[in-house]
Amino acid sequence: MSATPASLPRTPVTNPEVAQPPGPLREFWGQFSANAGAVAGLVIVVAVLLLAALAPWLAPYPPDLTNNTAFLRPPAWQEGGSSAYWLGTDAIGRDLVSRLMHGARLSLVIGIAVVALSIAVGIALGLIAGFARGVTDIVIMRMMDIILTLPSLLLAIVIVAILGPGMMNAMLAVAIVVLPHYVRITRAAVITESSKDYVTAARVAGAGRQRLMFQEVLPNCAAPLIVQASLGISTAILDAAALGFLGLGAQPPAAEWGTMLADAREFVLRAWWVVTFPGLMILITVLAFNLLGDGLRDALDPKLKR
Amino acid sequence: MWRFVLTRLGLVVPTFIGMTMLAFFLIRLVPGDPIETLAGERGIDPARHAALMKDYGMDRPLMVQYGLYVGRLLHGDLGKSMITQTPVVEEFIALFPATIELAVCAILFALVIGIPAGMLAAVKRNSVLDHGVMIGSLTGYSMPIFWWGLLLILLFSVQLGWTPVSGRIAVAYYFEPVTGFHLIDAWLSGEKGALKSAASHLILPTIVLGTNPLGIIARMTRSAMLEVLSEDYIRTARAKGLSNLRVVALHAFRNALIPVVTVIGLQVSVLFTGAILTETIFSWPGVGKWMIEAIARRDYPVLQGGLLLLGGVVMLVNLLVDMTYGVINPRISRR
Repeated sequence: MSATPASLPRTPVTNPEVAQPPGPLREFWGQFSANAGAVAGLVIVVAVLLLAALAPWLAPYPPDLTNNTAFLRPPAWQEGGSSAYWLGTDAIGRDLVSRLMHGARLSLVIGIAVVALSIAVGIALGLIAGFARGVTDIVIMRMMDIILTLPSLLLAIVIVAILGPGMMNAMLAVAIVVLPHYVRITRAAVITESSKDYVTAARVAGAGRQRLMFQEVLPNCAAPLIVQASLGISTAILDAAALGFLGLGAQPPAAEWGTMLADAREFVLRAWWVVTFPGLMILITVLAFNLLGDGLRDALDPKLKR
Repeated sequence: MWRFVLTRLGLVVPTFIGMTMLAFFLIRLVPGDPIETLAGERGIDPARHAALMKDYGMDRPLMVQYGLYVGRLLHGDLGKSMITQTPVVEEFIALFPATIELAVCAILFALVIGIPAGMLAAVKRNSVLDHGVMIGSLTGYSMPIFWWGLLLILLFSVQLGWTPVSGRIAVAYYFEPVTGFHLIDAWLSGEKGALKSAASHLILPTIVLGTNPLGIIARMTRSAMLEVLSEDYIRTARAKGLSNLRVVALHAFRNALIPVVTVIGLQVSVLFTGAILTETIFSWPGVGKWMIEAIARRDYPVLQGGLLLLGGVVMLVNLLVDMTYGVINPRISRR
C-alpha cells in the first residue's frame, strides 16, 4: 500500500487553495460573526478584560487612595463635580473610576476561577459517573440533584456562613453551587458518545479506560462544556457580587463591585453615582458573557439552537 | 400514570435524605462546637461545657447524633433558635407567608408580562419588536437584582416619592393576621387605606423579584412558540383558512405552554434565591431576611432548619410540576 502503481489513474489535481473546505475555526467564526449580539458580547468581554489587565496603568489613582477633601464628589458633568474625578468619589474620597477598573480584575478573576474549578471537578465527576454507571453513577448524580434542588444563593450563603466570609470562601461556595451543571453535561455527553462506533472501535483496538475517557470521549464533549463555561462565568460573577453585597464575599476595602454596592447602600439617598456605576458594570459584564455564551452555543452546538 | 407518579415519589426520598445529611454535616463544619459558639467570647468552664455537651447529646458518636436528628425531624422538631429560643419551625411558619406573598406576586408579574411578550416576539419574528423583547429579556435575566432594587428605590421612592422604601405595610395600620398574606388580610380587615398601603409596599419588591424570571419566561415562551409555529399542524390550520389570531392563540399557544410550565416550576428556586436579596433590600420580613440575620448572629439551628425547609419546599414544588407536566403531556407519563 505504500506506493500507488503508475498504471492507476491519479485523482485529478485541483488547486488546493480553492477546493479546501473552510477549516473548523473559519467555519465557527463564520457562524459566530453572523450573530450581531454575540459579536457585541465578545467586544465588551474583550474590553472588560483589557480594562482589568491594564487597570494599574489606566486607572488615574490607586483604588484605595482616599482624599479627605473630596468626599462623595459627584461625577464631572454634574454641578460640584470636577474633571479630576470623572465619575465622582465615594464616601471616603476614593476615585470611582479607579475602583471600578480594579473591580473588573476581581470580578473576572472570580468568574474565571470559579468556572475553572467547577469545570475541572465537574468533568472528573461526570466522566466517572458516565463510565462507571451503577452505584457510583447513582451516588454522584443524587448528590448533584440535592445541590440543584436547594436555591443556589441560599446554599452558597450557608456555606460561606460556615466557612467564614471572604473572597476565597465565596468563590468556593459558588463553585460548589454551579458544579452540578458541569457534571450533568459531561455525564450526558459521555453516555451519548460511548455508544458511538468510534468509541467501540477504540475499545476493540485495545484502548484503556483512561485513553477512552480523555482522548476519545472528552474532546467530543467539549462543545456543550465551552458553552456552559461562558454562561457559567456570568452566573459566577453575579453570585459572587450578590455574596459581596450581603457582606459575605470580598471584604472591604476590596474594590469588588458587589462589595462596593454594599458600602454605597447607605448613601442611596444623597449620592446616586456610588450606587449606579458598580451595578451597571456588573450588568454590562454579565450581559456580555451571556450574549457571548448564546453566540457560542449557536455556532458550536447547532442542536441547541433556539 | 400511577407508575410515573410512584417513580417520581421514589426519587424524592433519597434526595430528601441527602438533604438532611447535608444540613446536618454542613453545620458540623463550623469551627469549634455549638456550645462554645453559644457561650461566645465569655468562654465557659470545662465542667459546665461537658454537662451541656451531654444535655444536647453532643458527646455521642456522630452517626448516633445524625440518627437522633432525623428522628426529631420526623416529629417536626428542627431545633430552637439559639437567640430567641423559639422553635425554628414556628419562626419559619410565621415568616413564610410574607415570602410566599412576595414570590407569588413576582411570578404573576413575570407571567403576565413575559408570556405575551414572548408570543408577540415569536409571531413578529425578526421585527424590531422581536429584537426589543430579546434584548429586554436577556437584560432582565442578567440583572443583578440587588442593584436593580436600589435603582428603583432611588427613582420611585426617593426622586418621585411614589412608593415606600421598606416594610410590608405602614405602621399606622394593624389587623389580626388571618391568612398571613397582607393583601388579603388588609382587604378582610376593611380598614380604610390598609389595602392601598399593603399594595404600595409590594410593588417594588414584586418588580425586583420578578425581573429574573420575567427574562427567562419571555425567552422560553418565544423559543417554544417558534418551534410550535413551524409544525405541520399549524400549517394545516392556516391552510384551512383560520385567522392568524385563532391559529396562534388556540392551536400554537397550548402546545407552546408545555415547556413554559416546566420553566415556571424551575423558577421556585430562582424566586427563593432572589427573595433573600429582595427581602434584604426592602426590609421585607420574610424567611430570606430571617436567614441573613441568622448568619450575622451565628444562629446555626436557624440556618440549618431554613436550608432544609426551603429545600423541602422547592423539592415539593418540583414534584408537583413534574406531575402537572405528566397531565398536560401524556406522552411523558406513559413512557
